[in-house]
Amino acid sequence: MSELKPMSNPAPASPERRRFVGAATAAAGLAIAPGVLLIEVAHGRPEDQAASNAVRWGLLVDATKCATGCNDCVTACSTENGWTPVAESAHARQAPQWIRKLELQDPLTQMETNLPMMCQHCAEPPCVDVCPTGASFKRADGIVLVNRHTCIGCRYCMMACPYKARSLVHEPLNDTQKPDVPRGIGCVESCTLCVQKVDRGDGNTACAEACTAAGHNALLFGDMNDPESEISKRLRELPTKQVRADLNLNLGVRYHGI
Amino acid sequence: MASITFREVEGSSLKYWLLFGFLGLFVLFGALAWNTMHHHGHVITGMDNQIVWGLPHVFAVFLIVAASGALNVASIASVFNKPMYKPLAPLSAILALALMLGGLLVLVLDLGRSDRLIVAMTHFNFKSMFTWNVFLYSGFFGLVGVYLWTMLDRSVKTYSKAAGTAAFIWRLVLTTGTGSLFGFLVARELYGTAMLAPMFIIMSFAYGLAIYLMVLAAAYAWTGRPLGDAVMMRLKSLLAVFVAAVLYFVVVQHMTSLYFTKFHAVEAFILRDGGIFTTLFWVGQIVIGCVVPLVILLSSLGKQRTWIMIACALIILGGIVQMYVTIIGAQAYPLDMFPGLIEKSSFFDGEVHSYTPSLPELFLGLGGVAIALLVTVFAIKVLRLLPASLDDATVAKLEH
Repeated sequence: MSELKPMSNPAPASPERRRFVGAATAAAGLAIAPGVLLIEVAHGRPEDQAASNAVRWGLLVDATKCATGCNDCVTACSTENGWTPVAESAHARQAPQWIRKLELQDPLTQMETNLPMMCQHCAEPPCVDVCPTGASFKRADGIVLVNRHTCIGCRYCMMACPYKARSLVHEPLNDTQKPDVPRGIGCVESCTLCVQKVDRGDGNTACAEACTAAGHNALLFGDMNDPESEISKRLRELPTKQVRADLNLNLGVRYHGI
Repeated sequence: MASITFREVEGSSLKYWLLFGFLGLFVLFGALAWNTMHHHGHVITGMDNQIVWGLPHVFAVFLIVAASGALNVASIASVFNKPMYKPLAPLSAILALALMLGGLLVLVLDLGRSDRLIVAMTHFNFKSMFTWNVFLYSGFFGLVGVYLWTMLDRSVKTYSKAAGTAAFIWRLVLTTGTGSLFGFLVARELYGTAMLAPMFIIMSFAYGLAIYLMVLAAAYAWTGRPLGDAVMMRLKSLLAVFVAAVLYFVVVQHMTSLYFTKFHAVEAFILRDGGIFTTLFWVGQIVIGCVVPLVILLSSLGKQRTWIMIACALIILGGIVQMYVTIIGAQAYPLDMFPGLIEKSSFFDGEVHSYTPSLPELFLGLGGVAIALLVTVFAIKVLRLLPASLDDATVAKLEH
């Protein structure tokens, strides 16, 4: 039997090597982890994959829960998308407003209703019909957007929109712009259903998040094509209306309590 | 048929160059106005997110509508074979081109991104009336240009009728397109009707002819060429018919809307409660633009040239006011998203929107008018567009 080297006296491993292996493993872990995590959370789609018409993003507005005087959805939209709140604008009449609180009153019964008004993301959007360059377009997943690069600022879409949802950027923009929300002077813009958040996989809009955070729960965002989604379930239960339903535009924003 | 001698105007007098310089100055003002608007953005204009189309659109649409109407005199000559109108045709064609140019310039220079005009020429959405108009305007330049060529060049004179007919049909389609810019808008109560297309056509007849008559009379008066009453009386009678037709269309449109309860509020706004818009409608569009000119043209006053000129000026003024009421009045009235309910918001929902035009807007619009007249003044100097004489004897010979 050959003589064994005593186990108690192994060749000492180099401390440098050990540190290197440790650091390399940690670095690899750091590099891979976000990807792994992203795959976990990403209902959002990869950049090279087109938006799908299997999905129809929409909002349910419960006007019975929308609080008088609360402006949280508007503030959240302004913060998320980088447009100056109208109160802070030097030119209030010309300031863009992607979303606004609308106060309604029935002159006969005095009944008051509050609700947020924004782009209704029509399935048949008049703004897309009239846009001469095709800058105004509807994504396969139902989100109506303006292509910042081909909008010539003719404002025909603003003439066509029955909801006055669109704004022209009337003046040079300050530096509050967000990197993933391109805006610019002379172009028309409106609510994007927080498309950057949707594509990131957040699964919610800034307005709806803010409304929930304030405890009102008047806004619910989701996929109206998915029968199992929260919004679809609620839409099945609650009586809802489309604003100016007579135009038959098939809106992505549905209201309860109007 | 007697032949007519066409001759360029000499255009070397001080008066000619003063007129040229005066118009040039307004073109310069227009350019400066555009530069200011482009530099600062639309924030310096009276336009906002409620009144999105302002005074520049009023001028632009008026000029474009008048342009197609100015071609009418030529159409009567070539399409309907009226020999008396033949010597009047070349001026008619050049005026049509010049007015179209002026109108289009105002339209494109009022874009939020006028530097991106090339995008409008390379990206098309064929469901958009604007896209159709891009082709209609370009085609208009092409067809009227060819038509003018057939009138000026003897070697291609045989094609004049064909070119004239094509230009005539095209201009009808073009004004249909201009009216449909508004007619195809579903959102606003005062738009969204097929009435607007034929109404714009008949308006173009009136506005275009009024401008034509003023330019013709001025050109002949200032160059000392004889212009007989035969031409003037024939054209002024035609003008009276056009103005009466405009009035008819306006009455029918409002009567129809008044019948429907859902339009009562917006009709009340224009006809009774709209403040400046109501005043502009009744005083500007109806009285100044239609009633007074009709009285002048149809009464014995219409036999005097000065009064005919006054009637033309009133029709033009009334036409601009009509565009103001049609374009801005319709936007001033709030969108009715929740019928029967009172609406209030930070975005001026539920309230009548006010609009005060700014100087740059006014000068951009006037610049378009100036460039149209400047082109005409220059064209009659370099091209043989005007007959040396249009006295009654010369004109009478044409008809025999």
